[in-house]
Amino acid sequence: MNSSLGGDGFLTTTINYIANWGRKNSLWPMPFGTACCAIEMMGAFASRYDISRFGAEVARFSPRQADLMIVSGTITYKLASVCRRIYDQMPNPKWVIAMGSCTCGGGPFDSYAVVQGIDEFLPVDVYVGGCPPRPEALIDAIMKIQKKIENEGAPII
Amino acid sequence: MSVDSDSVIGSIRSQFESSIYKTYSFRDETTLFVKKESFLKFCRSLKQDFKFTYVIDITAVDYLDIRVPRYEMVYLFHRFGDDYDENIRIRIKVELEDSDITIDSITPIWSGANWLEREVLDMFGIEFRGHPDPRRILMPEDYKPHPLRKDFDVRNRQPSKESFEKELKEGFE
Repeated sequence: MNSSLGGDGFLTTTINYIANWGRKNSLWPMPFGTACCAIEMMGAFASRYDISRFGAEVARFSPRQADLMIVSGTITYKLASVCRRIYDQMPNPKWVIAMGSCTCGGGPFDSYAVVQGIDEFLPVDVYVGGCPPRPEALIDAIMKIQKKIENEGAPII
Repeated sequence: MSVDSDSVIGSIRSQFESSIYKTYSFRDETTLFVKKESFLKFCRSLKQDFKFTYVIDITAVDYLDIRVPRYEMVYLFHRFGDDYDENIRIRIKVELEDSDITIDSITPIWSGANWLEREVLDMFGIEFRGHPDPRRILMPEDYKPHPLRKDFDVRNRQPSKESFEKELKEGFE
């Protein structure tokens, strides 16, 4: 236990613990959807699967306000520089989910134009396989990120 | 006056007897092989006199080690009619020698050909004389090879990677 009740409404905890608790329950995703996986990602956002139950419903289309990048869909080399630039614009701490076979390893596109896995240019935290993966798989990935934040955290700047 | 495919294509063939050197028909689709020299004149007439107002597609074929001449341009045109039967499609092919892969641009005639020709330029490296904007359309602008040529290895990601790294470096300066 990192925190305990000190009586009379007081709570003693560490600043790291409370910061990570806040981070993991308010993951604001930057949706980088380029193909059919983005449809499943939208399904995960919408009411049937509803990732707001995990605090991750606030999709930010500005990278400055996001701390989780969900890359869903085929990434070509021409788009990769855009993807990397958006990642670099996100403030620290930040996490990346590679959603779908294409982002994990190129998928069926073994061609001259397609990046064979976005880990060639991005530090990926969780890989989600599937073509496309079900919304449950994306929710599982977000829960894994939450676990990671809880266990490892990130330095407070 | 009713217009049917056979009469229109027949009158095209009789008017351009010297330009058309080969014709074949497969499942009611007519293909005309047109000489490269008279191609632009032929196209102008196709639009103005024969009312083929719509470019469906422009593409090319690379017959490396299969056929000489190596390249073949393929144009698909459409003529609109009031009745279903009066809609006519035609396929025009132009053969290009490996030593001179240039052809007249048809963008001045059909402006819709602009991006289609840029795609062929990008993928096959065929040069279009008189094109208003001859840049690559799909691949990065500093990309060198032409991916749909048969002598290009389809799994060769090195040129794409180089363009990507250059873009990354320049974007952050």
